[in-house]
Amino acid sequence: MIVLSKEKLPIQKEQDVVLFRNRIKELATKIGMSLVNQTKLITAASELVRNMLRYGGGGITHLEIISKSSIPGVRLVFIDEGPGIKDVTLAMKDGYSTGKSLGLGLPGAKRLVNEFDIKSEPGKGTTVTIIRWKNGL
Amino acid sequence: MNKESAAALKGKKKQILESWMSNQLQDAALRDDLISVSELQQQSEEFLTSLLKAFGTSQAEDTESAGYEPIHDILNEISITRARQGFSPRETSSYILSLKEVLSQVLEERFREEPAILYKEIISMNKIMDSLSLLTLETYIKGREEVILRQTNEMSEISTPVIRVWEGILALPIIGTLDSARTQVVMEALLEEIVATGSRIAILDISGVPTVDSLVAQHLIKTVSAARLMGAECIISGIRAEIAQTIVHLGIDLTNIYTKATLASALKMSFSMLNIIVSKGSQNNQAISKQNLGF
Amino acid sequence: MERIPILKMGPFLLVTIQVDLYDRLALTLENDLINMVSKTEAKGVLIDISAVSIVDSFMGRILGNIASMSKIMDAATVVVGMQPAVAITLVELGLTLSGVHTALDVEQGMELLRGKIGQLDTDEEGLYDSFI
Repeated sequence: MIVLSKEKLPIQKEQDVVLFRNRIKELATKIGMSLVNQTKLITAASELVRNMLRYGGGGITHLEIISKSSIPGVRLVFIDEGPGIKDVTLAMKDGYSTGKSLGLGLPGAKRLVNEFDIKSEPGKGTTVTIIRWKNGL
Repeated sequence: MNKESAAALKGKKKQILESWMSNQLQDAALRDDLISVSELQQQSEEFLTSLLKAFGTSQAEDTESAGYEPIHDILNEISITRARQGFSPRETSSYILSLKEVLSQVLEERFREEPAILYKEIISMNKIMDSLSLLTLETYIKGREEVILRQTNEMSEISTPVIRVWEGILALPIIGTLDSARTQVVMEALLEEIVATGSRIAILDISGVPTVDSLVAQHLIKTVSAARLMGAECIISGIRAEIAQTIVHLGIDLTNIYTKATLASALKMSFSMLNIIVSKGSQNNQAISKQNLGF
Repeated sequence: MERIPILKMGPFLLVTIQVDLYDRLALTLENDLINMVSKTEAKGVLIDISAVSIVDSFMGRILGNIASMSKIMDAATVVVGMQPAVAITLVELGLTLSGVHTALDVEQGMELLRGKIGQLDTDEEGLYDSFI
């Protein structure tokens, strides 16, 4: 896997989210991702960035264009230094929420991308990495 | 291969080319409908020149050596084009094999008096030509695989036509197995067409789907849900007896989805949903209209 | 602060969302819309999202909330013009907006709302009939 481009974008307030989404759209369009795949990726990112703002008190995102066996994709990393998640397995379950949401955020985001990785340490923060390949497989 | 035979072959280049060409032309397998004689002549001459040059190098027997690079290029091109043009594997490899025949003849003439050398040289030449002929086949298969891949892609696109059967009613006959990749293509095509035509009803006909397992059912349910979110209703038709049995045995819940046995009854249902009355245009008009309304 | 305009058309309220929503804007819309329903005694709410390219679970919840709240106040909600890509994504996300009515465009949405009102009227008449 090669990283073709890399940039960082801090997320501190809600208005940053709009900028963040637009930037993902630009990257996805650049590698020729279809509209449906783009929408899935941006929706997943939207869920994760909301979690970051709401539970992690904001944080930093990495936006990368990557390539594996000559298939391009977009990789997004969400890093916050919030309280972290106590039980990651439980948080990944449909319908589970500590807040008042529908509890679709994390499991929903996972269904919308090709690769999903979450690491969390209580008291230290959470890092979520997602990848969506151009062809969606 | 020794210098002598390489030189002997080089000296007889013109003769070799002629016999090779006549061999190729005589061969029943030659497809003069697919390639013109002048084209073949030019191609062959180019190939022979590079080959004789490679024979003259010190690494003549190693077909992976640098001297064979232009030969590989030419062979690759020939095999790929032949694969795409629809030549059979036999026709494609006969290109090299017919040259081999001519080369052995020339070597035979040259070393008639020295059978020991002749034997050695023929073996050596055979080795080179066999390796090249294998390369042709390999490339040929690669070319065919490309053709297959392209056709698969085309098939998944053309096999999902969205038909406008009536104003406001679309039909999508699904033929073949529904996997995740195809469902995505089907779903997108259908939803795009719903927007483009402003159709309120879409009929998904699965008469042509061999089996419905829980995964296929899930794909169908997703398509129906997506259409509903956009404001269109779906009817699934063409459910055969054995498919109904599998669905129930697998415990798949289709209760929230309109299902009909045939496309005709799905169409009839769409008419009543849209309050469309279709009649035969005779005196019986009224009776038929009433029947339709009562559906 | 940025606000999404709400138009009144007869007994209906019409909202066309032309910008990409962030959470606070969506919450403001929910609030404004419910207040308008109460103030104008609207019988139907039509939300046009044909220009919206992203609907995530939060936005989906807001749409559901608007529908449920309006229903309590006797108004039907119809969401129109959802893009195919958005619909596919919502289904994948696991959100089906079960309480919300949908239609392909504003025209069909209006027709649906009018139908709902007509239905209500006849239902109520029917109710009286059975009383008598």
